[in-house]
Amino acid sequence: MFKTLAISAALAISPVAVMAAGGGGGHVEDFEFSYEGPFGAFDQNQLQRGLQIYTEVCASCHGMKLVPIRSLSDEGGPHMPEDQIRAYAAENFEIFDPELDDYRPATPVDNFPANTDADAPDLSLMAKARAGFHGPYGLGINQMFKGMGGPEYIASLLDGYHDAPECEPEDVDGYYNAVFANGGYPDSCLDEDGHRTVPGSWIAMSPPLFDEGVEFADGHANDVHHMSQDVSAFLMWAAEPKMMARKQAGFIGVLMLTVLSVLLYLTNKRIWAPIKGKDND
Amino acid sequence: MSGIPHDHYEPKTGAEKWLHSRLPIVGLVYDTIMIPTPKNLNWMWIWGIVLAFCLVMQIVTGIILAMHYTPHVDLAFSSVEHIMRNVNGGYMLRYLHANGASLFFLAVYMHIFRGLYYGSYKAPREVTWIIGMLIYLAMMATGFMGYVLPWGQMSFWGATVITGLFGAIPFIGEALQTWLLGGPAVDNATLNRFFSLHYLLPFVIAALVAIHIWAFHTTGNSNPTGVEVRRGSKAEAEKDTLPFWPYFVIKDFFALCVILAIFWAVVGFMPNYLGHPDNYIEANPLVTPAHIVPEWFFLPFYAILRAFTSEVWVVQFASFVTGGIIDAKFFGVLAMFGAIAVMALVPWLDTSSARSGRYRPMFKWWFALLVIDFVVLMWLGSMPAEEPYATWSLIASAYWFGYFLVILPLLGVLEKPNAPPATIEEDFEAHYGKNGDAESSASPAE
Repeated sequence: MFKTLAISAALAISPVAVMAAGGGGGHVEDFEFSYEGPFGAFDQNQLQRGLQIYTEVCASCHGMKLVPIRSLSDEGGPHMPEDQIRAYAAENFEIFDPELDDYRPATPVDNFPANTDADAPDLSLMAKARAGFHGPYGLGINQMFKGMGGPEYIASLLDGYHDAPECEPEDVDGYYNAVFANGGYPDSCLDEDGHRTVPGSWIAMSPPLFDEGVEFADGHANDVHHMSQDVSAFLMWAAEPKMMARKQAGFIGVLMLTVLSVLLYLTNKRIWAPIKGKDND
Repeated sequence: MSGIPHDHYEPKTGAEKWLHSRLPIVGLVYDTIMIPTPKNLNWMWIWGIVLAFCLVMQIVTGIILAMHYTPHVDLAFSSVEHIMRNVNGGYMLRYLHANGASLFFLAVYMHIFRGLYYGSYKAPREVTWIIGMLIYLAMMATGFMGYVLPWGQMSFWGATVITGLFGAIPFIGEALQTWLLGGPAVDNATLNRFFSLHYLLPFVIAALVAIHIWAFHTTGNSNPTGVEVRRGSKAEAEKDTLPFWPYFVIKDFFALCVILAIFWAVVGFMPNYLGHPDNYIEANPLVTPAHIVPEWFFLPFYAILRAFTSEVWVVQFASFVTGGIIDAKFFGVLAMFGAIAVMALVPWLDTSSARSGRYRPMFKWWFALLVIDFVVLMWLGSMPAEEPYATWSLIASAYWFGYFLVILPLLGVLEKPNAPPATIEEDFEAHYGKNGDAESSASPAE
């Protein structure tokens, strides 16, 4: 029961229904991700960097219980060699095995472990459970062109820990984040009409990323801005591991249906021609 | 079978005759496929095929999804993710099914508004219209229960809000709600029965569709002029009609194919566009989302439900007259179901002597306003329940009822319709000319 309450408390301050919030949330930056658009594809190196950030930083509080570790080897994802994944699983995670009645090192057939110790939400589907770019007027038309904006929201949030505004009281709970919408908000930052004077709100999560906090083997830039983007791309893959296959199916399907449409158009024209008095040709 | 005279199936070989004298099933199929169809049908008459396709697609994808889905509160959410991640092609099945519901409702709204404009509901097609409305209701129930099955936050809270509507019914409401839910709140019993009914109702819809088709094959199709097919003789009828196969089958398949190409692009490239991000958060009875919104196709009626608050004088009046039995919540529920009821009653509310809106100069404008009203209501349903949306919702809801209850009955008296063409043949030839002297290369009618 305590656990449930703790999770719900954590969820209560998480950006549930950012969509509805309207005001409050800060600006979500439109990051350029390689997988955007009908022909976009995941950047394998970026996903591997994101996995490293998740493992070294996020995983200490956040679980990812719906994602099988083996899927790291899938094509269209991080696409890592199997032996590397076996080593990765054993090195980084321990799983409680009911048969052994004890913990054992994780194997590729296990899922990433759940982690509720710090009341942190599970990240398996986070990139699809958030959105950015609403509007105009709540119509969501922006999302047709920019995507739903889940990864953009996560990246903006991770990059959104700015210096606290002057109105912040001494005893405030949480950390000021210029993008996070549904966190706590001290009264001292409201004006006389009760309107918010600074964007964002106060989030329970301490700033997780620091410049040069993670060293990449390929020497890729490791400032907060780049790392936010890399880990968000990884979370998008974690939430939608079949995206590449889906886009390919989409492309083939649209192509075939278009060809079939043309053939049916010509057939239709031909059979109606005598009826419409155009049977001269 | 049809009231329009046409050729019937004649069994020729011995085997055909043997079967025909025992079960005339080939004849039934022949008569259905070769039904005489008004030759001036325009592109708004293609939605029936789209709807039939949607029903089949939803049943086929749904049956396969059901093989991998687990209707239990602890397992439903992760079983959907199991489908998305581990089942072969599961991500396509699920996205086709989820977006298929949207295509289904888009098509049904086009189909309904086509009927409203061209007066397809008018005598002698009232029964077709009523059956259609029953199909629409069954679709709404199916769509609503299907949205609950993934057991995300919107699933759970949507179910809580909508079943709560039954709780607003005076005296029996609370007991009814408990009976529907299988307990005091939305829980495992609710999820299980919703799954069971979500699987059952599509077959009820299929049966209703068969009756719908039977009904309009008896009266004959309506058409853009509203003029009936001449039935004096077979030769006369053939001047107004063409057999369904191949003329309309190919035409409808062409339209279906274009629509499916767009649909497939949505499924392939933006499958979550029409969904709500909150439904990727597992249901949690202890956390209420800040803003509970139903799927887009329920939004117009959701807006009507919310429009009638206790501050509206009509609601206060109703409450006063009934001694408080009809409170604001119950009034909202009545308004929502009433909005569909007035639409179902339109064959008797429309008093005009003209059938098709094409020949009704004043009706055209009121109808255009109704379409705009519907879209505006849809948008309002997605906005938070605060000003100015509350007032706008009230105005838009008032127009919805006003159109059916006041404008349509009055127009029949006030409006002088233009004369429609004498026959369908005349209308068709006005567009395409008589055989050999085509005057335009436009697409069929309109």
